[in-house]
Amino acid sequence: MTAPETEGPPARPGMRAQAPVVAAVALGGAAGAAARYAATLGWPTPAGAFPWTVLWVNVAGCAAVGVLMVIVTEVRTAHPLVRPFLGTGVLGGFTTFSTYAVDVRDLLEDGRAAAGLACLAATPVVALTAVWSAAAATRSVLTRRHP
Amino acid sequence: MTWLYVLLGAMAGAPLRYLTDRAVQSRHDSVFPWGTLTVNVTGSLILGLVTGAATAGAAGQELRLLLGTGLCGALTTYSTFSYETLRLTETGARGYAALNVAANTTGGLAAAFAGVALGETLWS
Repeated sequence: MTAPETEGPPARPGMRAQAPVVAAVALGGAAGAAARYAATLGWPTPAGAFPWTVLWVNVAGCAAVGVLMVIVTEVRTAHPLVRPFLGTGVLGGFTTFSTYAVDVRDLLEDGRAAAGLACLAATPVVALTAVWSAAAATRSVLTRRHP
Repeated sequence: MTWLYVLLGAMAGAPLRYLTDRAVQSRHDSVFPWGTLTVNVTGSLILGLVTGAATAGAAGQELRLLLGTGLCGALTTYSTFSYETLRLTETGARGYAALNVAANTTGGLAAAFAGVALGETLWS
């Protein structure tokens, strides 16, 4: 039985409970975005060229989330801030959808239709292959050790 | 100094994605990941606006790093989008998985086109 609402805790207890989670997401997101920025500085994409760096950043982040989610949801009980920090924060901040969309738009607008359509279609295909194969590999390695 | 803009933008963008997702997902009973679709389309629109404003000469490097690389980069996500699509296929909702990929890619691209066009018009 749940207690009647009039006897419940002070108004909006969820907001206070959410504070550490929101902070973990913010810090993780900043770290992830900084890593993505570092990648684009280290492997800059010349104007009008195929955006390989963002493609590989997104694919790497998708593979990493496949490993992480199998570990925290199927293999072991993680601290409640692990998933918000690493999953929602670091990997969510590392990968980007907006740059992908605007890069495709730029290629199509510049008359590079083949490159634009290739980026539009190849990114989700490679990203989904990465998350699926990383999750499957993690599952087969770790669940064998922890039956 | 350029790093500070990216960090500040991302520190706003990532929690905004988390809170938007929670708010959107609490308002429907479907397994469809409307929350991630919302932030991906919205972030693509905002990055389009920033790109259009930059083309028109109204947004400098600092604003592009703060709002583009930082805010929009962290507000939008490819990892959550692909993981949620994987979960839909694993739970047998293959139709929803295909719809999710189609909605994010076409919605994000349409928002990017609209954002750049709007940005160039507003700040030209």
